[in-house]
Amino acid sequence: MDEQEKPLSLVLFSGTDDKLNAAAVLTVGASVMGRPVNIFLQYYALDAFRAGNVEADHALDPEATPAQAPVVRAHRGQHWSDLLKQAKEVGEVNIQACALSMDMFHLRQKDLDPLVDGIEGVAAFMTSVGDGQVLFI
Amino acid sequence: MSTIQIDKTIDARGMACPGPLMNLIGAIRQGQVGQTFEVLSSDEGSKTDIPAWVAKAKQEMVEVVPEDGFARFIVRKAR
Repeated sequence: MDEQEKPLSLVLFSGTDDKLNAAAVLTVGASVMGRPVNIFLQYYALDAFRAGNVEADHALDPEATPAQAPVVRAHRGQHWSDLLKQAKEVGEVNIQACALSMDMFHLRQKDLDPLVDGIEGVAAFMTSVGDGQVLFI
Repeated sequence: MSTIQIDKTIDARGMACPGPLMNLIGAIRQGQVGQTFEVLSSDEGSKTDIPAWVAKAKQEMVEVVPEDGFARFIVRKAR
């Protein structure tokens, strides 16, 4: 991984386990391929990263049909929090909580899981994004 | 195939994507340059992911051996 790759930046808005898992898989993929990953946690995704809440059941997106939901839940894939930990071990993954969402839910850094590296505003996040891509999930 | 000496085998059969790749990355990071690793994977994603990562990380893809229901990915730590 000699050359500097463009970062991948993810805005996580949804807090359901399926969307968090999809985001975590993208994060692992980007980080193993040498791309720094910036994650900005807003709204319901931020809530899923509260200390003690990561392992809880965060339900599935309403898009999951009654037939699909049990299939998704029964899949043997790893939990999104484990994937994010692996991505952090292998690559450069920076997870920041949106200051506005922190304020909305009356949260402080100590209320968040250690996976979260800090709290920042949207302008600071955009500085990290640079001219890389942003995905909103 | 039988002539290749394997230093470490990682049996990741049954693991979901990207588990087998992550196990390989972990083994290569801890290994010595020149060592040869073998990953057994039944994950379809490994067929594209392991060669893609090996090329990107400038390691050496020695061989991919299809077996019944899984494949053996043989990788040498080149750097």
